[in-house]
Amino acid sequence: MATPLVVSEVFKSFTMHLRDGINLPVVNDVSFSVASGECVVLGGPSGIGKSSILKMLYGNYAVDAGQILVDHKDRLVDIARADPRTVLDVRRHTLGYVSQFLRTVPRVSALDVVAEPLVARGIAAAEAREKAAELLSKLNLPRELWTLPPATFSGGEQQRVNIARGFITSHRILLLDEPTASLDAVNRRVVVEMIADKKREGVALLGIFHDEEVREAVADRVLDVSQFSPRKAVAA
Amino acid sequence: MTDTPLLKVSGVSKFYGSRIGCKDVSFELWPGEVLAIVGESGSGKTTLLNCLSTRLMPTTGSVEYRMRDGNFRDLYHMSEAERRFLMRTDWGFVHQNPADGLRMTVSAGANVGERLMAVGDRHYGKIRETASDWLTRVEIGTDRIDDQPRAFSGGMRQRLQIARNLVTGPRLVFMDEPTGGLDVSVQARLLDLVRGLVNDLGLSAIVVTHDLAVARLLSHRMMVMKDGHVIEHGLTDRVLDDPREPYTQLLVSSILQV
Repeated sequence: MATPLVVSEVFKSFTMHLRDGINLPVVNDVSFSVASGECVVLGGPSGIGKSSILKMLYGNYAVDAGQILVDHKDRLVDIARADPRTVLDVRRHTLGYVSQFLRTVPRVSALDVVAEPLVARGIAAAEAREKAAELLSKLNLPRELWTLPPATFSGGEQQRVNIARGFITSHRILLLDEPTASLDAVNRRVVVEMIADKKREGVALLGIFHDEEVREAVADRVLDVSQFSPRKAVAA
Repeated sequence: MTDTPLLKVSGVSKFYGSRIGCKDVSFELWPGEVLAIVGESGSGKTTLLNCLSTRLMPTTGSVEYRMRDGNFRDLYHMSEAERRFLMRTDWGFVHQNPADGLRMTVSAGANVGERLMAVGDRHYGKIRETASDWLTRVEIGTDRIDDQPRAFSGGMRQRLQIARNLVTGPRLVFMDEPTGGLDVSVQARLLDLVRGLVNDLGLSAIVVTHDLAVARLLSHRMMVMKDGHVIEHGLTDRVLDDPREPYTQLLVSSILQV
């Protein structure tokens, strides 16, 4: 089976220059891989570095050492070292991300927020909107909200917009940062079903799920992040 | 992804006597890319922007631009006439103060039409039609086409300046604090407009701003300047989410949360 994502010996720390330059180690020696059609869940208590790992993979956090190899357009790209232009191209075509919170843009409707990743890949606006509408109705977002900008939506509504935006493309790798945190039971089940569909399509998924029921339903294996924690000696 | 940059900047420095304006700046800008230059007042942002856009002669260094024929030309080895032609047709420059980029005593339609005439359009009816189309695109009512910008609000003037710059289909647009001095609701509208136009037209842009939220919304890549030097450079998300340099950390931590 293909392995589109390989993380190898990644180290990350923050240097807080405004706090007398103290160094906060986040994770040490992170190594794992995710295969096509597999859903790996990052486990461990809050503050152990799960979200930091996702942010490094997506290029939002710099990496101190190590490699993050992504199979992008039939060649390997090391996100840890790639220039901004390459990272953006990887995001556009290979690596999707559902963040915990939606970053809203003033005046852009929910439907267009969801359709945008497809438009960025060169698909016609009308076709992208059609696909967006399909996803939003699947996620039970009331139709009267579709044409409104999501800034004033409730937490759960915003999250569903965010999920639809992340799932609309056929990216081969999908990162999920607690996509079900503020959803009700019905919509949680919809998301679980959507993840199962992605797995069948051969997408490699890596996610954080605090909800135990969801985690059990989607995870092929749980990767305990505390093994990478520089503080594990203290914690144990 | 196209494989040739649009602009190649290497070792650009500008000294004002013994004072540093900007020092040893090098980067490449690619088609469709939006680069934000951020930093506090006096950090050299505007000096750099002016050096890149031929408004100010750098002390050392070279700026090469890929012309429409595919050849790179060093901007400072062109004749003045060639530079001016480039500036009027293939480039746009959006000033912080719209009065610097507009002719305040001719009508809105003429402000847009003038750039078209510079590229050789002579048919009055067609020019007026295009001007009126662009006014609509920047959300100015076509009934205002014969009014002078003096009679416009600050936000409208800024939108008119953008229309004037984009009407000739430029490939590269320089913007100096495009939202400075506008109130926030007008800012949001302008940002959304610029973002949409950049996406639709596939423009490259270099935007100077001290507002990190503007940089986050508009730019792909970001350069942080301090005392004339580029101290940090990278993907916009990375610079804002994981700033490495002490000064960038100070900038990011100084943003007010709403």
